[in-house]
Formats: sequence, C-alpha cells, structure tokens
Amino acid sequence: MAIKREDGRKVDEIRPISAKVGIIPNADGSAMYQSGKTIAIAAVYGPREHHPRNQRNPAKGTLRCDYNMLSFSVTERIRPGPNRRATEISKITEWALAPVVMLEDYPGMVVDVHIHMTQADAGTRCAGINAAAMALAHAGIPMKNIVSSIAIGKLDKTIVADLNKHEEDFEEGEGATDIPITMTPDGEITHIQLDGTIDKEQLKEAIEMARKVSKEIYEVQKKALKDVGEGK
Amino acid sequence: MTEENQRKVVIPGEVLAKGDEFLLGEGTQKKGNGEIISIRYGLLEESNNLIKVIPLSGAYQPRRGNVVIGKVEEITFNGWVIDIGSAERAFLSLTEVPRYVNKDGLDEVMDVGDMVTSKIWSINKRGIDLSIKSRGLGKIDEGILFNVNPNKVPRVIGKEGSMINLIKTNTGCNITVGQNGLIWIKGDLIEDELLAKNSILFVTEKSFISGLTEEVEKWFKENKIRGDKK
Repeated sequence: MAIKREDGRKVDEIRPISAKVGIIPNADGSAMYQSGKTIAIAAVYGPREHHPRNQRNPAKGTLRCDYNMLSFSVTERIRPGPNRRATEISKITEWALAPVVMLEDYPGMVVDVHIHMTQADAGTRCAGINAAAMALAHAGIPMKNIVSSIAIGKLDKTIVADLNKHEEDFEEGEGATDIPITMTPDGEITHIQLDGTIDKEQLKEAIEMARKVSKEIYEVQKKALKDVGEGK
Repeated sequence: MTEENQRKVVIPGEVLAKGDEFLLGEGTQKKGNGEIISIRYGLLEESNNLIKVIPLSGAYQPRRGNVVIGKVEEITFNGWVIDIGSAERAFLSLTEVPRYVNKDGLDEVMDVGDMVTSKIWSINKRGIDLSIKSRGLGKIDEGILFNVNPNKVPRVIGKEGSMINLIKTNTGCNITVGQNGLIWIKGDLIEDELLAKNSILFVTEKSFISGLTEEVEKWFKENKIRGDKK
C-alpha cells in the first residue's frame, strides 16, 4: 500500500534542510532555517525592559513571540499584518519554546522573538520554531535544551514525514492529517497539534517517526550554531 | 591566547561531563541522572574540575565591578538615570559627586544626553547602582566614542590588558573600554584617535585568530607607515 509522494521522497524522508546562525547583525541573536521551499528567519532581542508595564511578570522573565508571514511568501499575495492564524501560531511558538527557556533570572524583563516567513510551502510553524530555538541560543538566553520541530502527516492511511503544500492538500481516501510536533533531542515533547483524523496506534507511530527525524534536524541546528561560534 | 582557540563551542542541552567530581560553574546545570549540561551557548572552559561556559554572543549582562560607559537618560531629584545597554535601569546617585551640587543644578554637572564612564557598584532587585568615585571615571568631554560587540570586549582588553596596552603605546591615546561595548578614545591628534579606533575594529573582526597580539603588531607596522607617508 505504498503511497507515492509527489516529490519522490521516502515516507520517513524530510525535505532537504539547511540552517544558518547570526544572519541579522543588529539583533542579539538570529537564525535562518530552510526546509525545502519553506524559509523562516528569526530574530531575538533582549532580555530587555518589558513594555507595556502592566504585562510585566515580577517573578520571572517573559517570552514573547511574533510570527509573521510576509506578503510575498506565497504565490497569491497575502494581506500583510497580524491575522487570526498568525496570532495563533505566535502563541503556539511561545508554548513550544517556554519549557526550555529559563527566564527566572530576568524578572520584569522580556525576550522578544520575531519570526518572519520569507517563503512558505507548508510546515511554517515548525520551521519558525526551529529557527527561533537557534536564535534564542545565539542570543545567549539560558536554555535547558534546544528544541526541534517537525510536521508528521498521514496521507490516506500512510504515515509520512514533513508534508509539503501539495501533500497537505491531499484529498484521496481519508485525506491528509497534519501533526506538528516539537521535542527536545531527549524526546520530551513540548508541543503537539493535530489537524485531521488519526487513531491511537497510528498517532504513536507518528510520534516515533517524529523522534527519529527530529534528531536529523537537531544535528543541523547544532552544526549551524557551532559553525558560527568557531568563526566559520 | 592560543588556548582560547582550542576551547570547544557548546550549545544549550549539550552534555559536558558526568560525575560528582566536577564543580558547576556559570552556565551549567546538573540533571537528575548526574549529567552536567550546558544551559548557555558559548565556549567551554574546564580547569581544576571547575566547568563553566563563557557566553559568545547576546545582550550585555551587567556584573558588579564592571566599568561601563552610558548615556544620561533622565535627571531625578537625587541623581541620574543612565542607559548602559542593559535591561535594568542604572542609577547614579548625587552623593557620588565629590563636590556640593545645588538640588536645582544637577544638569550643570551632567545633562541629559551626556556620556559618562562609571563603575557598577551594586546590582539589586531594584536595579543597578553606579559609582564614579574612582580615577578616570566621570563625564566624558571630548574624544571618540564608538560601539563594539560586548562579547568581544575581553579580546579588545587581552590577557591582563596586553592588547589594550599595545594599542595605547602604539597610538599614544587614552582608551577606556566599557564592558558594555562602548569604547572611549582620547588622544592629542584626531589621526591617533582614528588609528586607535581602526585597530580596535581590526581586533574585533579578527577575534577568532590565534596569536592576535602579533597580528595587531603587524597591522600597526603596515598602517603606521602609510600614515607617515601622507
């Protein structure tokens, strides 16, 4: 029952990925993450003074993420600026990163993470989280670990890794299910979403696949960070 | 400074060591299973079983005893609020000024927008307290002021001040390096000041090479000759 993928990938094969750290000189930390045709850039500022003051947390620092899809990132121009979807993904990114960042030493301060999608071809929230994780590390923010994010999908009845836009619109049989998962290299899940239908056994299978492919992403993130640290 | 180049770059979550014989320094944490992990992105330093991670990038982290250069942001009834590039507000108290100051005349000592070199005297919950009760500290009147990456400051100063002393002797300028990345140069000639500035920018650009002091010496030989011919 092998399903043939449009771009000829194996079921557990992700799109070609690349990463670069330190791309924005004015930011305290920055990174780019590319997965196939999806490109995310992240810039981190802070810890800095938290404005507006009424949102300050006197006990610990705040992580504030802003996800933004640029108007030219998709074939049909999208209206720039925040919308319902961008607000949701901003919040999701915050929650995916919050368990690893340690902001206890920065009471009343904020760390701003700005994520821009310059090209979008599905899996943008995962690309954004991957770029943000590298940018946060680059900004010298204390973190328990780096997180890696990947979307696992189900096309009809087959579990596949890293859906692209074409596959996301798959409509045969049971259709496409999209499960973005974020985890640390130790396999601790910090974020999971599900859009579609899937049974318990297959969900377990999907998580196992995420554990496997997130290691590949982690290695790319690690290499990008080490390269910039060694002055390459 | 060659050993600095052999230091390993570590990323958050990376296992540095395992066991009870190690002391945990800055930027490290022990996990439940006894593994010591890094919680910062930086260079690993290990000496006498003490493990620490020195940050490589990011915003300036103020520390007690740091000499910093800042800009007067606001005048309050008993002192000045100074922007030193950190998230916390830094405060310079009126009592730091050795002479009598009229309560209405704070702006005559230092006005909004003036630059000042100061020392971090204490860091507490409310913010940072600054001091100017030391030689070489106080308001800046003239010279060149410019910014470098705060993480490159240790390279500019060098081991026990070797790099900054080399630049000082070669240019004859007075240089104050703020730990927050601001550098103040004051010399007799503007040419000397510019030479000092360019040499510091050269150091920050080439901060990765080993034997940087020799490189800078070479740089001075080349650039000084060019200056003399003019």
